[in-house]
Amino acid sequence: MQNTAISLANVNKWFDNFHVLKDINLTVNTGEKVVICGPSGSGKSTVVRCINKLEEHQSGLISFYGKELKNTQESINSIQGNVGMVFQQFNLFPHLNVLENLILGPMKTRGKTKDQAIKIAMHYLERVHIPDQANKMPAQLSGGQQQRVAIARSLCMEPKVMLFDEPTSSLDPEMISEVLDVIIELANDGMTMIVVTHEMGFARKVADKILFMDQGKIVEQNTTEEFFKSPKTDRCKTFLNQILKH
Amino acid sequence: MKKIYLLCLAFIFLSGCSSNVWGWYVINPATPSGWINIKFLVSGIGNTILISIVAAFISINLGLLVALPGQSSRKGWRIINRVYVEFIRSIPLLPMLFWVFYGLPIIFKSMGLNIPIDPFWGAVITLAISDSAFTAEIYRSGIQSIAKGQKEAAHSIGLTYAQAMRYVILPQAIRRILPPLANQFIYIVKMSAFASVIGMQELTRRANEIVVTEYRPLEIYSLLILEYLVLVLIISAGVRWLERRMGSNENQ
Repeated sequence: MQNTAISLANVNKWFDNFHVLKDINLTVNTGEKVVICGPSGSGKSTVVRCINKLEEHQSGLISFYGKELKNTQESINSIQGNVGMVFQQFNLFPHLNVLENLILGPMKTRGKTKDQAIKIAMHYLERVHIPDQANKMPAQLSGGQQQRVAIARSLCMEPKVMLFDEPTSSLDPEMISEVLDVIIELANDGMTMIVVTHEMGFARKVADKILFMDQGKIVEQNTTEEFFKSPKTDRCKTFLNQILKH
Repeated sequence: MKKIYLLCLAFIFLSGCSSNVWGWYVINPATPSGWINIKFLVSGIGNTILISIVAAFISINLGLLVALPGQSSRKGWRIINRVYVEFIRSIPLLPMLFWVFYGLPIIFKSMGLNIPIDPFWGAVITLAISDSAFTAEIYRSGIQSIAKGQKEAAHSIGLTYAQAMRYVILPQAIRRILPPLANQFIYIVKMSAFASVIGMQELTRRANEIVVTEYRPLEIYSLLILEYLVLVLIISAGVRWLERRMGSNENQ
């Protein structure tokens, strides 16, 4: 297997005149866990959204296992589904029950039969510890359960890489750990992942590498240990001080 | 308000007592001629319903077809949608009906096609096209009311645009679209009365024909209004039943 899962080279993106991503360079190897942190509006989410082509990038090179991702339909089809995405707002389909949420992707895009899809779905529901909720509607679940269903939904596509876009930011404090635990278990199983988060304790535990972004730039990129021990830039120091104060 | 209704009712009934204003004999079911008139008037309902249902069916599909390019990120597609909606919705129904019924066959003929347009299809095509501009706008607002995250989540599990629409967006949008679509259906039922001017034998046409022979417009048109009222009330009840059924399996 090729070692580099995802690489970004000099990626730039504008929203009209607003320069959201400025020369982003990033390499994620297979099995590596990368955490992206930084203040709101720094472009963290946009980075992961560009990787799975929910957003177009205007210049630079994004590649997935050596294949360049352009803004074409062909590229979009090749990446979506092979890269799992977990959103801040869960984005479960409210008109379908948990099981139907999970089997939709495998059945429609992987050509699985319903029985096969249900088998896969139950396997991943067990992995996120809620097989007993399979027949409930999303609205009947707690936020933490909904986010775990959303994680299971992505896993059902058997992705090579998982992207998490602030997976715990809209959860009640009590439910954050049940979701983080699931993500940690995934990490321990060797899943390649990029996680946008403010949970620094979690980052310290799972990340191989931490990126700090501010105003569309990667200000600092370091191994987890170095990142916490000796942040190089002042901007990063202030950020960590603010976040770790309490 | 209640008082005004009561006054109006009292006025109609009291004026009914004076025989030189109202002449209900013309549609009195107790007399043979009255009964024949009633049967003739009411039997137009079949065509009114048929025109409306066929036109609504076409309009619902055509409207979706027009609405989807309006959601595109490409400007060219959006322009097609805008031009269609603005153009069609600015044409009054009656001129469009004349154009379709009297004008379109000439175009067909010039193209070497022999497609006759009878009153039924003339009415159906006109109503469907005219209404499709409005249903397209209803679809647009319904689709836009579904959070952007739903579409993104659908794409993130590999669904194509068509699959995301079919399995994720439209099933959610349809619940919100249903009440305004039902409104449009009622609008079609009422507008189908225009079909009478091109000779379609529906409710209004029948009323006109009896009025010409009996010279009793007040009673006959009163009955006509009542016929539409009953029809629309039945449709409304049906729609409410449908809404309850569709809403029951979703707890949002």
